[in-house]
Amino acid sequence: MKIIVCLKQVPDTETQIKIAPGGEKIVTDDIKWVMNPYDEFGVEEALRLKEKFGGDVTVIGMGPKRVTESIRTALAMGADKGILISDAALEGSDSLGTAKALAAVIKGLQFDIIFTGQRGIDEDQGLTGACIADLLGIPQVSLAVKLEVAADGKSVKVNRPVEGQTLVVEAQLPVLITTQKGLNEPRYASLPGIMKAKKKPLEEKALKDLGLDPAEVGLGGRKLKIIKITPPPARAEGKIVQGETPQDKATELARLLHEEAKLI
Amino acid sequence: MAERKIFAGGEFLIGDVGHGDVFTPEDFTEEHKMILETAKDFISKEINPVIDRLEEKNHELVLDLLKKAGELGLLGTDVPEEYGGMGLDKVSTTVVGEAMGTAGSFSVVYGAHTGIGTLPIVYFGNEEQKKKYLPKLAGGDWCAAYCLTESGAGSDALNARTKAVLSPDGKYYILNGEKMFITNAGWASSFVVYAKVDGQHFTGFIVEKTFPGVSTGAEEKKMGAHGSSTRPVIFEDAKVPVENLMYEVGKGHKIAFNILNIGRWKLGAMTMGGCKGCVTGAVKYAKGRVQFKVPISSFGMIKQKIADMAIRTYMSESMMYRLAGMFDDKLGTLDEKAKKSGAETAKAIEEYAPECSISKVYGSECLDFCTDEYVQILGGYGYCSEYPAERYYRDARINRIWEGTNEINRMLVPGTMLQRALKGQLALLPAAQAVAGELMTYSPLSVQLPDTPLALQQHVIKMSKKLALMVAGVAAQKFGPGLVKEQEVMGKIADMVIEIFAMESGLLRTLKLIEKEGEEKAKYHIAAVKAYVDDTMPRIESWAKQVISHVESGDMLRTQLAGVKKLARYQPIDAINEKRLVADRIIELESYPF
Ligand SMILES: Cc1cc2nc3c(=O)[nH]c(=O)nc-3n(C[C@H](O)[C@H](O)[C@H](O)COP(=O)(O)OP(=O)(O)OC[C@H]3O[C@@H](n4cnc5c(N)ncnc54)[C@H](O)[C@@H]3O)c2cc1C
Repeated sequence: MKIIVCLKQVPDTETQIKIAPGGEKIVTDDIKWVMNPYDEFGVEEALRLKEKFGGDVTVIGMGPKRVTESIRTALAMGADKGILISDAALEGSDSLGTAKALAAVIKGLQFDIIFTGQRGIDEDQGLTGACIADLLGIPQVSLAVKLEVAADGKSVKVNRPVEGQTLVVEAQLPVLITTQKGLNEPRYASLPGIMKAKKKPLEEKALKDLGLDPAEVGLGGRKLKIIKITPPPARAEGKIVQGETPQDKATELARLLHEEAKLI
Repeated sequence: MAERKIFAGGEFLIGDVGHGDVFTPEDFTEEHKMILETAKDFISKEINPVIDRLEEKNHELVLDLLKKAGELGLLGTDVPEEYGGMGLDKVSTTVVGEAMGTAGSFSVVYGAHTGIGTLPIVYFGNEEQKKKYLPKLAGGDWCAAYCLTESGAGSDALNARTKAVLSPDGKYYILNGEKMFITNAGWASSFVVYAKVDGQHFTGFIVEKTFPGVSTGAEEKKMGAHGSSTRPVIFEDAKVPVENLMYEVGKGHKIAFNILNIGRWKLGAMTMGGCKGCVTGAVKYAKGRVQFKVPISSFGMIKQKIADMAIRTYMSESMMYRLAGMFDDKLGTLDEKAKKSGAETAKAIEEYAPECSISKVYGSECLDFCTDEYVQILGGYGYCSEYPAERYYRDARINRIWEGTNEINRMLVPGTMLQRALKGQLALLPAAQAVAGELMTYSPLSVQLPDTPLALQQHVIKMSKKLALMVAGVAAQKFGPGLVKEQEVMGKIADMVIEIFAMESGLLRTLKLIEKEGEEKAKYHIAAVKAYVDDTMPRIESWAKQVISHVESGDMLRTQLAGVKKLARYQPIDAINEKRLVADRIIELESYPF
């Protein structure tokens, strides 16, 4: 089975995010970059399928050179091959531009299943997976929390949560699946895995290798423009509810929830 | 990358070390970074969620965690590949050790297992012993322990009473005696045990738990590390097959002392990781805790504490990785045959015995400082066990006691260096004489420093080396071989040497960073070095004066004190501001900033 995992590098959730002057970007100086957590589910699921059906796993990332670190992590977890798409002309691409670049690379590869995260935890758009599937003309199943590939390797059944219920969808391969929390527990990059990853192939591609019109990607090709980013409001100081008796306190609490917090 | 120059152990004190000659965390390879991430992930996913259960001395949980760590390769960084390990460089071991520093009692299990429990077999086991034991230990299937201490043999470790006698059929050594304070005793499967063959020849043995006549006593009730096991190990006519004798009869001290060297540096790495945990825990709390309507992190005294913790940790971190790099460079010079020989490897490491003792003392005292301020920043909550500060504080204390107490290690720093000087291996005495000569003409007022960052600090560190050499020279001349009996003098010389190594490690790392990334990117590092040197120079001067005042009298005393004053001359800077700068950065990042 040929499996592809698309991987994005995002700020670590522990990082203190600061908004750059102008309000359209974040300050990237002090950021610690990690593999998008949803993509980790994709890597893990791909490795499990490989263990069951054989085949290989290729990881594709896009962005500056530092993205190789996340690709290496995926290789250390057990993926076989990495591809980094890196070109200054691609910087600032929106989801569609990114999908075009990824799809251009994927078109040149064999694949049965493509995994992407259901969204990147940085911009939370959740578009790239759908765009890639569309560009490749293959089905997409989103928000997978469980998946089962048929024994003949021709189709896959995917569980996705719907308002507390579960929807089971079947699709023929090749298919693109976006991963949701709950799908699996990603493995660690073990020390033996890390040392092996050093020797695994990691190819780098530039815009010219993709056969794309530069006008379609990068900042110039954006269909979506970020107008403003605002930080969450600072948390107001807590309030201790006063009252003589538990009844008084409960009454006061109910009043505050109703009148001030407007929650009930 | 340019080759780093290889220095002899203790040579930093007599020569100029360039910033290109030290390894720093900024030199990590992609693999080092990934190993650090994996080890940290292991702590946050496997250890932190069960830390309370771990504190209850949970036998099964500990062995389960050990197995998981083994599967990830975390126990095998020092074990060669052919015996089931990873055979990685010492920087990788330092990286794992650092991460384990925040693992609470599991760090004790890990430290004793991978260090004193496993390394004697790596370095001094024969082929059969390595094949038999190392895969089990590196994989985490077996837990290891190390039995050196006895009730009558603590710091005086060679004074063991445990005795080994060859059985009449020549197949076994029969061991009798009792070891004390043995980490992992409750759940270990293998023990490295020292006993005197025929009551005379100090010798190492590998003893399995299931050998007849081996048992353990009651658990000690301890101040900290409650999740670790510490018990006596008792040998009553214990039958140890002769093939389990380690190395050679009567050569046990060689194993014991070499393992201590390595253990001291590994302990240094773990304490440094613990310090980082304190910084992060303290700043997070300080930002959230409001008193007088503002977060306590906005108070100057709290800022100063946070900065001091991080600055000292920066020196410790710079020191531990510098030493790891020194090991790797030195080991890299061994030929293929020597690389395969554990005893040769241990010998190469022994070269840096003074630096190992320095790391142990500095690391453990830095951690005690950090845990103490961590508790203080949390106020009453720091004293209560709901917050981790209280456990950190108790857990840290043992590090000044084991692997050679800090007193023993302080004796060893100048002790080993003087011994080597007498053997002609370290040119300490010529260097001391040169300083005495230079003093005649040296005038601190005519020194012109270049206008480059940290030029002043670089200069005063250079001068404090001369000061330490002068003081050691004067003391050695007065007391001769009797100097080792003047323990207070030895201790103060050790303190000077330890602080010089610390300051210099931070300085060289920062200079390297400036060269690589520019002054702006290194501005907090620069502030840290400036502030630390400012705190430390007066201490160094005062130790020097105390020693000289004890050694000399009359005119000689006045002359020598004038010399001290010249060498130690230092115009203080505004260190309060430098610390504010560092503190504000820590508060902004909510974590260790370097
Ligand atoms: C929790 C715990 C775990 C341990 N784990 C192990 C283990 O796994 N294996 C093992 O073999 N041992 C272990 N030990 C033992 C530990 O290494 C010893 O406690 C340590 O070496 C000190 O010995 P001691 O306790 O007998 O103190 P002592 O040697 O009696 O020292 C008491 C005091 O006297 C000072 N002192 C002693 N000699 C000198 C001197 N020459 N000059 C100046 N001052 C001196 C010491 O510095 C100390 O302050 C452990 C101890 C503890 C508490």
